[in-house]
Parts: sequence; C-alpha cells; structure tokens
Amino acid sequence: MSGDLKKKVSMVVFSGDMDKLFAAFIIATTAAAQGNDVVMFFTFWGLRALKKKVPTGQSLFGRMLGMMYGGDINRATPSKMSFGGVGRWMFKKMMNARNVESLPNLRQLAIDLGVHMYGCQMSMDVMEIPREKMIDEVEGCVGAGFFVEQASNSDFTLFI
Amino acid sequence: MADEMKVDMELDLKGLLCPLPMVRVSQNITNVPVGGILKAVATDPGSLADIPSWARSTGHEIVKQEQEGTDFIFYIKRLK
Repeated sequence: MSGDLKKKVSMVVFSGDMDKLFAAFIIATTAAAQGNDVVMFFTFWGLRALKKKVPTGQSLFGRMLGMMYGGDINRATPSKMSFGGVGRWMFKKMMNARNVESLPNLRQLAIDLGVHMYGCQMSMDVMEIPREKMIDEVEGCVGAGFFVEQASNSDFTLFI
Repeated sequence: MADEMKVDMELDLKGLLCPLPMVRVSQNITNVPVGGILKAVATDPGSLADIPSWARSTGHEIVKQEQEGTDFIFYIKRLK
C-alpha cells in the first residue's frame, strides 16, 4: 500500500438502536485503525448517538419527543427484544460478561482515532436538538449535500 | 528458543474482543521503530483474521504467528 492517497469511508447513521450503533461504531473504529479517513453523518434517530444527557425541545411536540425519546447514547435500546428497557439491560450485562466495549467507550475510541462526526442540521431542527445539546466533538452540522460529496469521494459507503 | 527475535514492544490484548485487538495494534505500531517488532498476544479468535487484514491494508508485515494454549501471538514488523 503506497499510503499516498488515503482511503476513505463514509457512513450515514440513521438508526438510534443500540445494536445498530454498535455496528456503526465498530466499523468506524476498525476502518480508522486500518488507515481510512472516516466520516459519520448522524441523522434522525441516529442523532441520539451524539446527544448529551439533557432535555431537548422547545415546542410542545419537540418536548414530547425529548421526553419519549430522551437521553444520550446510553439510553439506546436494541432493535429487537427491547421490552421497555429490559433488553438493553440484558444485552449490557451479556456484553459486559464478554468484555465487549460499551457504546460510549466505542464512540470515544472513534473520536481518539480521528473519526469525523457530523450532525444532520435538518433533523436537528425538526427534532429540536440544537448543537449545544450535542457532544463537543461533533465537527459540524451539515446537510445532505455535504454528505453526498464525502460519499462520492469514498471507497465505500454504509447506511446504518 | 534459538531463533527468538528481538521484540521492541509487547502488547497484552488478552480478553479484548473485536475490534479492540486490531485497534490497539494500530494505535501501538508507532511505538516501535520502523523495522522493529511489535509482539501482540490476543485471545479473541476473531483477531486471527482481523490482525492480518489490518497488516495488509496498512502495509505492515506479520513475520511470525503462533499459538500457545488459548493465546494467539503475532510478531508484527513495522514497515513504515
């Protein structure tokens, strides 16, 4: 490998499900470790992965959403067998027993490896999640145009 | 062992699961000089595929690989 032209990976993280976020962050950290430039674009439910543990929303519906779908990355529930939080508890226990990294740790690892994280400005507006309620490491709040440009220059692109 | 090679750094990856063994190797390869050897000891069977893949895509070389009990031992030469 010449190493002159850096390989690049871009990902749309649409889901806020615990299991899918695991997949997203495991692939992102792996790709970064293998020398790829990695861009993650978080949109809609995926914004949970970047949110701080603070209440969100200004309008009635916005606050309702913030209450019903509140919390940070730790509150993500699995896409199957959620059982109102029991599934999350069970999977955390099972993963802990196997020494799998937690989601916040994987996200931190991605940050340490230089993975670039962007929030989707339009979903942030719709869901009333402003920039200051997301973690400081978010590099910017951007639109689909930015992502498509990144994806066009990538070696592979994923939608999770 | 007579053909014991000079190891510049040893990395204990026991108990770590995907993707951490490979990620830790990638984070530590720069701690050995170019041409030096990083010895990594993992227990995750997935690392048998992952660490060689990492080496191929980043341009480093696994000069020796062995197994002792449940330990998978990689001798990785930093090439750049």
